[in-house]
Amino acid sequence: MKKHDKSLMTATAQASNQGAVHPEPWLNPDARPMVEIRGLTKRYGDTVAVNRADLKIYKGELFSILGASGSGKSTLLRLLAGFEAPSEGSILIDGVDMTAVPPYERPVNIMFQSYALFPHMTVEQNVAYGLKKERVPGAQIRQRVGDILETVKMGHLAKRKPGTLSGGESQRVALARALVKQPKLLLLDEPLAALDKKLREHTQFELMNLQDELGITFVVVTHDQEEAMILSTRIAVMNHGRFEQIGTPSEIYEYPKNRFIADFIGKANLLQAEVTAVKNGIVTAFSEELGAELDACAVGQQVPAMGSRVWIAVRPEKIFISKESPAEQGSGGGRTVFRGTVEGLGYFGNLSIYRVELASGKILQVSAQNRVRTARKTVEWDDQVFISWDIRSTILLEV
Amino acid sequence: MKRRSTGLLTMVAFGYAFLYLPLLSVIVYSFNDSRLVTLWGGFSLRWYRSLLDNENILAAALLSLQIALVSATVATVFGTLVALSLNRLGRFKGRTLLTGMVTSPLVMPEIITGISLLFLFITLSEWIGWPGSRGAVTITIAHITFSMAYVTVVVRSRLSGMGQSLEEAAMDLGGRPLAVFFDITIPAIAPAMISGWLLAFTLSLDDVVIASFVSGPGATTLPMLIFSKVRLGVTPDINALATVIILLVSAGVITAAMLTQPKDKSRAG
Repeated sequence: MKKHDKSLMTATAQASNQGAVHPEPWLNPDARPMVEIRGLTKRYGDTVAVNRADLKIYKGELFSILGASGSGKSTLLRLLAGFEAPSEGSILIDGVDMTAVPPYERPVNIMFQSYALFPHMTVEQNVAYGLKKERVPGAQIRQRVGDILETVKMGHLAKRKPGTLSGGESQRVALARALVKQPKLLLLDEPLAALDKKLREHTQFELMNLQDELGITFVVVTHDQEEAMILSTRIAVMNHGRFEQIGTPSEIYEYPKNRFIADFIGKANLLQAEVTAVKNGIVTAFSEELGAELDACAVGQQVPAMGSRVWIAVRPEKIFISKESPAEQGSGGGRTVFRGTVEGLGYFGNLSIYRVELASGKILQVSAQNRVRTARKTVEWDDQVFISWDIRSTILLEV
Repeated sequence: MKRRSTGLLTMVAFGYAFLYLPLLSVIVYSFNDSRLVTLWGGFSLRWYRSLLDNENILAAALLSLQIALVSATVATVFGTLVALSLNRLGRFKGRTLLTGMVTSPLVMPEIITGISLLFLFITLSEWIGWPGSRGAVTITIAHITFSMAYVTVVVRSRLSGMGQSLEEAAMDLGGRPLAVFFDITIPAIAPAMISGWLLAFTLSLDDVVIASFVSGPGATTLPMLIFSKVRLGVTPDINALATVIILLVSAGVITAAMLTQPKDKSRAG
């Protein structure tokens, strides 16, 4: 067991040594971005689809642009591919200004949501199309097409027409067709949306492996936050044509910048409160909904002024639920504790979700892993329970 | 299996009988040996033989085929261009009106199309001295004018079903606009173009009203010839001629229908 641990450790150490100059290039001020978007704006008549967006994406990243429909993410993708010209601002790829460069001259390829395979060409011809347009010699085309089809495990279907392929197969062909030109940047428009659940999970990891193997910078546009969380090195959350927050999945989840992000990414109990005290970086705020004061740590953010209105969020899985008082269990320090009644319960097998009604009438959502194997529930409907969380789990949001 | 009601079947049978019995009788009587059109005198191919001996009919048939070939081809080119430009122009003021105007020849009474074209040719010949005389050329032009609309309608529906992503994908892979047009757009709309061509071809082959207006002395198309012959009484060789035309036209229409039918039903997205 110990031996195994050791080998695992050396393996990770090696991996980080072999990796790029900086494992997190966005933290390195000297790193040169692969894609740089400066003040990018796109207007359609009176509507602003993309609004003064600034963004840097680095080589080898798997970057996701996450947003609901109408957030401007698809427009941003089309701007990157060159199908739309920006109203203002510029796009640089590998240091070269691409703003006025047509799509057929950009070192960018896109995998469409609909895959857009040419129906009158075979799989092979589809993949070869881009190389033919580049006037790559025939022998080389055959070699590269064969290789990439093997990479995506589609070699055996090379002679088939797209109409005869399944959804997953079409997706692989579309991916191969976009990758065969070895672009500096690969754009993926909702890459997994058209696949069924089982295939999605499988494909997710394949995409990540492929990206790792080829070292091409991927930009994924998606509305599916789970997809973005699993795939990405970093995520930019888009809303009304702007980036609400740019960060790693865990940064965005654990340290959401504002109410929109906290609500949009994952689940959160949101409370409005008024700041009553600030001491040693710990902010105390009174929530009318709870009829109580809450403590929160201000992490890497401006400490709000006394008397200002703030939003407070607590993630359901950060809340501990028990029938006994947590103080008795010896974990009372630095925790916020409430009493309540289980008003709703959802059993998912691996975890349970509880709706706990507090004395003030406010309902908080709590989720807990079902760690112990038992057919009887430890906490039932209408049980009197204690809920508690570490004050470091309390998220203080910019309004 | 669901049992179908006999009432429904009767209605369907009646409907189809109404549509096809007249045609069927023409076909049957084209093999009639008797000189009298309404009296059965045994099976014979003599009227088909007499068709082949009739120089007038052969000349008219040749002219009709020539006109149909040329007008269908030109109408397909023009109609496709109109469909493409209407599809590409995007939204603008008056687009609906313009689209509607393209399809208006479909519903315009032929007699009005005929008269207006006749006026156009007369005016043109007074102003610029062309066309000097009316005949095959003016018929061809007239046929292009009205069959173009059919091509536009067929190609447009194909284009709007196709979306932009195929062309965008090709452009993204390095295809310049002209290359994309020939590599992707044309193959994608080819079935619609062929079916449009076949429609235009059969329409031209059928037309008697417009042709009668814009034709001049010496240029008689097959339908015009039949029409003038029938006015002197129906002769059995007309039945034979009609049968040939029915076969030709239905072959065209069936092929057109088969081509516009979507082949791959498992389209993704």
